[in-house]
Amino acid sequence: MIVAQNPSPPILELRGISKRFLKELDFAGRMAERLGADIHEELVHAVDNVSLKIQQGQVVGLAGESGCGKSTLGRIVAGILDPSEGQVFYRGQDVALMPAAQAQATALKIQMIFQDPFASLNPRMRVQDIIGEAPVVHGIISRKEREDYLDEIMLSCGLDPSYKRRYPHQFSGGQRQRIGIARALAVKPEFIVCDESVAALDVSIQAQILNLFIELREKFNLTYLFISHDLGVIEHISDHIAIMYLGRIVESAPSEALFENPNHPYTDALLREVPRLENRHAEFAPIRGEVPSPLAPPAGCHFHPRCPRAFDPCAKSAPQLVTLGGERQSACFLNDISMSKNG
Amino acid sequence: MSQSQPTLQIEDLKTHFLTKAGDVKAVDGISFNVNKGEVLGLVGESGCGKSVTGFSIMGLIDHPGKIVGGRIIFNGTDLVGLAETEMRKIRGRKIALIFQDPMMTLNPVLRIDTQMIEAIQAHENVSRKVARLRARDALGQVGIPSPDERLRAYPHQFSGGMRQRVAIAIALLNKPDLIIADEPTTALDVTIQAQILYEAQKLCRDTGTAMIWITHDLTVVAGLADRICVMYAGRIVEKGGIDEVLDDPFHPYTYGLIGSVPSRNKRGSPLYQIPGMTPSLLKLGSGCAFRERCSRADEACKNMPQATKPKPGREVRCFHPHLETS
Repeated sequence: MIVAQNPSPPILELRGISKRFLKELDFAGRMAERLGADIHEELVHAVDNVSLKIQQGQVVGLAGESGCGKSTLGRIVAGILDPSEGQVFYRGQDVALMPAAQAQATALKIQMIFQDPFASLNPRMRVQDIIGEAPVVHGIISRKEREDYLDEIMLSCGLDPSYKRRYPHQFSGGQRQRIGIARALAVKPEFIVCDESVAALDVSIQAQILNLFIELREKFNLTYLFISHDLGVIEHISDHIAIMYLGRIVESAPSEALFENPNHPYTDALLREVPRLENRHAEFAPIRGEVPSPLAPPAGCHFHPRCPRAFDPCAKSAPQLVTLGGERQSACFLNDISMSKNG
Repeated sequence: MSQSQPTLQIEDLKTHFLTKAGDVKAVDGISFNVNKGEVLGLVGESGCGKSVTGFSIMGLIDHPGKIVGGRIIFNGTDLVGLAETEMRKIRGRKIALIFQDPMMTLNPVLRIDTQMIEAIQAHENVSRKVARLRARDALGQVGIPSPDERLRAYPHQFSGGMRQRVAIAIALLNKPDLIIADEPTTALDVTIQAQILYEAQKLCRDTGTAMIWITHDLTVVAGLADRICVMYAGRIVEKGGIDEVLDDPFHPYTYGLIGSVPSRNKRGSPLYQIPGMTPSLLKLGSGCAFRERCSRADEACKNMPQATKPKPGREVRCFHPHLETS
């Protein structure tokens, strides 16, 4: 555990969060299993013992390849999923142990913005209801104040308030994403989980939305958990970055430090493979293999079958996430060797 | 075929969709060449006509779409207006297409070997056994482990990255002279994307296959392509060598696109923003299609700018290019 450097508790803290999904057998499957067929219930460790602290006003980037559990973790933070194990602390208080009224208030303070602006807006609701319904229901504004409040929120998200009687299908992808952002902001949140929020957008629109995120953060003093597979985007927006691989955080460090000098071999490989404008006529030297199935992750360090620097202990046990000075944490046995050499 | 002749020459190609709502000029007068062993990056945002360009070359434009003008000269033959029987001899054999979603190109109910052998036998009179061996070699060539066993698998038994490799292997089967890759790595993870890019790069170098890499992602093209064409609203607005265009863009759109890409030296600061969004191709007036979003636009832009060559090997379609920067 790292010692808190700030006297105030982090706005959000995850302690030992795990999430397992069990795919239960249907009737036919159970009968087949009884008759001796080789079918079993499938258990996926989507998130495996993740601890993370997010300070007020920080943008924490969560990066990793598909199936690494980053979206599941985001959903746990947003309160959409309950963790199988572990605790979520919001401003120092365990969310699971809060009284109902406080739990609801906390849920409002943590909002989520989704990837697909086509699927996450109700096609049969007008924009004024999509954005304006929740703040009225939760008593943040009165019904009378709604029109003015709508105009204000829409303007701050770069939407023309005269469009508020329109339906989502009348907007382009970028504008819909702005509606999604306005909806999240309307309930005055403090913490926003952005799950691949710019992944579906064109480059020029993506830049507009990223700029909007940066602008809103300053204007409303927001804290973001920014989930993306796109390391260029993550690098651009984040103060601190956590890299996940098959349900575990393998490295977590301030953005500069992570990109200058990655510690974990997976981070290193991942960063080298980010296509960049500056890298012309690149020599692609990809890491071997693919992310293994989360149904049957490799023993020990999940990355060892693909790791160019794997050695004996990697296959036997899982390395713990240890603090390496400053705010950097990494889970790799190579650090034990270098530490014992130095010490 | 002489040494200097490009594999593909496109001259003033126009592909329009004649819909009830009006003519959609998806591709409106584009010209470019692709040489042997060269990778050409065709870059643009959704709806700019980059995929339609690929389909036009393959002769896969369906009603209401129609190639209304221009020439597509492939190894000396004009493909526009070529009889379907002739086109079938070229399509899949001399020119191959790789799509973004490999699930679209692979038949889900047929084994990989069936599909690959069929693709070989459609163009050549070879035995099943020989075709199978070639299919196996192609799978090995794109880095699929134990190709003998994998030949007997169905598409759903492959991961996304592996499926894309199969699609590439099928494209390679008949040793095409030109491969058109339409956003082939967009749906893939970074590490898998790097693997596919590695295979593509190796392929062009080793076999001299020409490639058109269609994408919206400038960063991918930066690493892979030799030359780049930037498309906007059905036209090529800028073209040139990859280094020249990315380091010193002339067209305001290219300039904006490059500024929009998050990169190392722009961390935390606002990105350059192109205002507005891509115009509907139905409502394009005369004049430069980018002028509504362009900070340099003025009266002159109400006319259509012609392609000019401010520097050797460079071409730009703009009245006010960024020429002063250097």
